[in-house]
Amino acid sequence: MNDHLQTSQKLMDQLDQCMHCGFCLPSCPTYRQVGLETYNPRGRIALIKGVATEKLKLNAEFTKHIDACLGCRACETACPANVAYGNLLESAREFIVQSDQKSNWIQRFILKHLFTHPHRLYTLGNLLWFVQKTGLQKLAKSFRLLNLLPSSLREMQEIIDPVVSPFIRRKRKNLSPSSSHQRLLSVGLFTGCIMDIFFYQTNQATARLLTSLGCNVVFIKRQGCCGALHLHAGYKSEAMQLAKRNIQAFEQSKVDLLVNNAGGCGLALKEYHHLFENDQAWYQRAVHFVEHVRDIHEVLYELSPLPFKKSLNIRATYQDSCHLAHGQHIRKSPRQLLQQIPGLEYIELEDADQCCGSAGIYNLTHFPMSMKILDEKMAYVHATNAQLIVTSNPGCLLQMKKGIIRSGLDKQMQAIHLVDLLDQLIFDGDNEIVDRI
Amino acid sequence: MITQAIRSQFIEIVGEEWYKDSTQERYCYSFDATPLFQAMPDAILIPGTVAEVAAILKVANHAKIPVITRGSGTNLAGGTVPIHGGIVLLMNRFNKMKEIDLQNLTVTVEPGVITADLHQEVEAKNLFYPPDPGSMRVSTIGGNLAQCAGGMRGVKYGVTKDYVLGLQYVLPSGDVLRCGGKNIKDVAGYDMTRLLVGSEGTLAVITEVILKLLPLPAYKQTLVAYYDQLIPAAQTVEQILANRIIPATMELLDQSTIKVVDQYAQLGLPQNMKAMLLIEQDGHKEQVKIDMHQIATLAKRVGAVQVKIAKTADESKKLMMARRVALSALSRIKPTTILEDATVPRSRIAEMLSAIEKISNTYQLTICTFGHAGDGNLHPTCLTDERNKDELKRVEAAFQEIFETAIRLGGTVTGEHGVGIAKQHVLKYQLGATSYELMKRIKRAFDPNQILNPGKIFTSEHRKRLVVRK
Ligand SMILES: Cc1cc2nc3c(=O)[nH]c(=O)nc-3n(C[C@H](O)[C@H](O)[C@H](O)COP(=O)(O)OP(=O)(O)OC[C@H]3O[C@@H](n4cnc5c(N)ncnc54)[C@H](O)[C@@H]3O)c2cc1C
Repeated sequence: MNDHLQTSQKLMDQLDQCMHCGFCLPSCPTYRQVGLETYNPRGRIALIKGVATEKLKLNAEFTKHIDACLGCRACETACPANVAYGNLLESAREFIVQSDQKSNWIQRFILKHLFTHPHRLYTLGNLLWFVQKTGLQKLAKSFRLLNLLPSSLREMQEIIDPVVSPFIRRKRKNLSPSSSHQRLLSVGLFTGCIMDIFFYQTNQATARLLTSLGCNVVFIKRQGCCGALHLHAGYKSEAMQLAKRNIQAFEQSKVDLLVNNAGGCGLALKEYHHLFENDQAWYQRAVHFVEHVRDIHEVLYELSPLPFKKSLNIRATYQDSCHLAHGQHIRKSPRQLLQQIPGLEYIELEDADQCCGSAGIYNLTHFPMSMKILDEKMAYVHATNAQLIVTSNPGCLLQMKKGIIRSGLDKQMQAIHLVDLLDQLIFDGDNEIVDRI
Repeated sequence: MITQAIRSQFIEIVGEEWYKDSTQERYCYSFDATPLFQAMPDAILIPGTVAEVAAILKVANHAKIPVITRGSGTNLAGGTVPIHGGIVLLMNRFNKMKEIDLQNLTVTVEPGVITADLHQEVEAKNLFYPPDPGSMRVSTIGGNLAQCAGGMRGVKYGVTKDYVLGLQYVLPSGDVLRCGGKNIKDVAGYDMTRLLVGSEGTLAVITEVILKLLPLPAYKQTLVAYYDQLIPAAQTVEQILANRIIPATMELLDQSTIKVVDQYAQLGLPQNMKAMLLIEQDGHKEQVKIDMHQIATLAKRVGAVQVKIAKTADESKKLMMARRVALSALSRIKPTTILEDATVPRSRIAEMLSAIEKISNTYQLTICTFGHAGDGNLHPTCLTDERNKDELKRVEAAFQEIFETAIRLGGTVTGEHGVGIAKQHVLKYQLGATSYELMKRIKRAFDPNQILNPGKIFTSEHRKRLVVRK
């Protein structure tokens, strides 16, 4: 066993759980693109085992192979042997961080210097709003200033919607009381970090939906980033810090449930106890926390039927969020909610639970691979002839928007978060998407 | 060893992109689905054309470099473990479905096509390619051919060799040859097609395959029978056949297998049952119903405590899927799962099962049994831990006894997984010295320099360069 790495017996046992049958191969998006063992879970597990047992060096090549994994966890769904691939991947990334291998600088910057600091994020939000509002973005484009950005960032900035102004953001109240006469639950809304900048409206819509269904919604103070990206990148101690903050905030809030609307964050929250396996006290607190975490679609489905005010006569399809489907095993409720919409014709997307290539910040760190995966996805999307592609996670939503542009479908198709769609059909707000279709 | 000069030659043939030889890349091709065997290749080559395959073989043959042809690496006999080093010839770029001939009812494919993809493609045209190994969503047609893979539908439809009409293959000399074709009859010379099927990559590299297709059966039904003892399940299989009913599928799962499979598939299978038979029949609706009725009656008479017919196609599909994951699901229990492939005439299946039970007790091992009961092909699977050397010794002794029993009952040590490395030590024992030597002479005729998958099937003449026993 490799002593300088934190290889535990548990890790070795998990590695040995893989019997190399290869059932994961067809489920792996990168293997589907590349066709090499180094790009599939069976190969990656072998590499991790090789490094853990010191048969292989922990070097730049190892980092490259491990970094090429999306972490979508489709292989966990495919694995009859119950291999905890997600854990293995996180351990491997921790090895990499421990060993000081250089990972992608974009990743390092975002994770270490941005997401761990809520106020920096808040400022970033304001800055973005300013850039967009003042036309600086257009200006930058016309002066080719954007060319200074790495190509992946340049490519992805085009799909970012206008962010909400600081004036509106500041007006948010900490509590939205139930708008129905019965008060069912007191629900804390997990607003996320980046989510609350780029998808402020989706958070608001989530709150509106919950209040209309009889929940008191609390925007819990002092919550922050869930730490998912940190954990996936091997920054375990940062992830633990963030987890502790969120657990504390939740405990003080006294809500019945903690609801989130981003599959990736949700899974991280639901796995907080994994972080504290060596710390009994925090482990207990984490378990208690985890028991109260819900994805918004679970809750909405349980509270349905929803009081739709409008119908929507279109054909729509649904793209699973990997961490919702493979991680949290939530597949039915978003589909059922979608099918409840009056007038909507639902069509199932082939391979809907295959990753779209967004995968946290993978589309920034591994742009070409991400786009290959996206292009395959878009071919299936195209075949549905749907006018609307619905997602349940903000990262997927951005990626689908990118996909629609890339595949030239922007005249005939749009992408939307399910929560936003439901919100627009239940409330008379700005119905941008609904009206445009 | 690959010298710098040979390396350049290889790269010239396939191009930089398709030549891989970093340590980590080689490590990923040092094993397959077989437990306990691992050895490093020197390089991985991924050819895209037949001409490239021929050129690679020529170079390798000249320099006496071992060539291990590989599909998806799901075989269970160590067939793709490079125990003498050399190059892995990865065939997954040969992934084109070339032609479905609607008049001759054949399909022509490249060997890297995934078995289940082929099913899907031909079934869309109302045609049927029956061989369906448990690994079909992963395995390649080339691997299926080289192993003569069986599957769930073997009872009625036979195995891979029953569907191969013709091949294109490349010899170590670089000669590109064809055998067979679209003819249903062809007795011009020896049947090279049949010889190459099941040759485990030791005679030639297969580069194109012509397969026979059947009309897709119009209707099918699935039945499950549960037993509170193991042996009556096997007796049911014998009874069904003796009553002149040939179902498409008759699969057996014992209690431990039922449990783990259900943990994965979440079908709500009864956990307290000692055995389960999964039976499928296909054909014309009326006939299927008559057969199923008779099967149900027989099963109950022999001792099934519960017999159920799947209500929907979806339910049937899920049950079949559950059976397919059996082996992998068993590895939930212990770190190492070693499975065997002993096969007996179908009339001896109950005897074989009780022998396995006894042997498992004698050696104090956990042996779970599932398998293609209708083919007489059981997979007694030992759940063990490779780190427990003492137990591994008992596993080896127990399996030796299982082999001997199978042969005594008129059976074979391997029904479908092949000899590879895993069954070498018992091959001569089963075949007898003369047959064994004859086979070796055939091997030499194809591959005089012994470069194709050396150290497989026959115990090797030269010293193994390295075998990392994991
Ligand atoms: C969970 C599980 C279930 C399984 N179920 C079954 C089952 O029900 N029935 C069954 O029969 N097997 C089964 N198998 C075994 C295995 O899947 C089959 O043997 C399959 O045919 C191997 O295909 P592959 O593409 O993975 O071949 P590989 O493992 O890559 O190769 C197998 C052999 O074929 C040779 N080979 C591959 N391609 C070529 C080529 N183009 N030319 C010449 N030689 C070639 C290789 O050298 C090697 O000797 C199972 C395996 C697993 C892991």
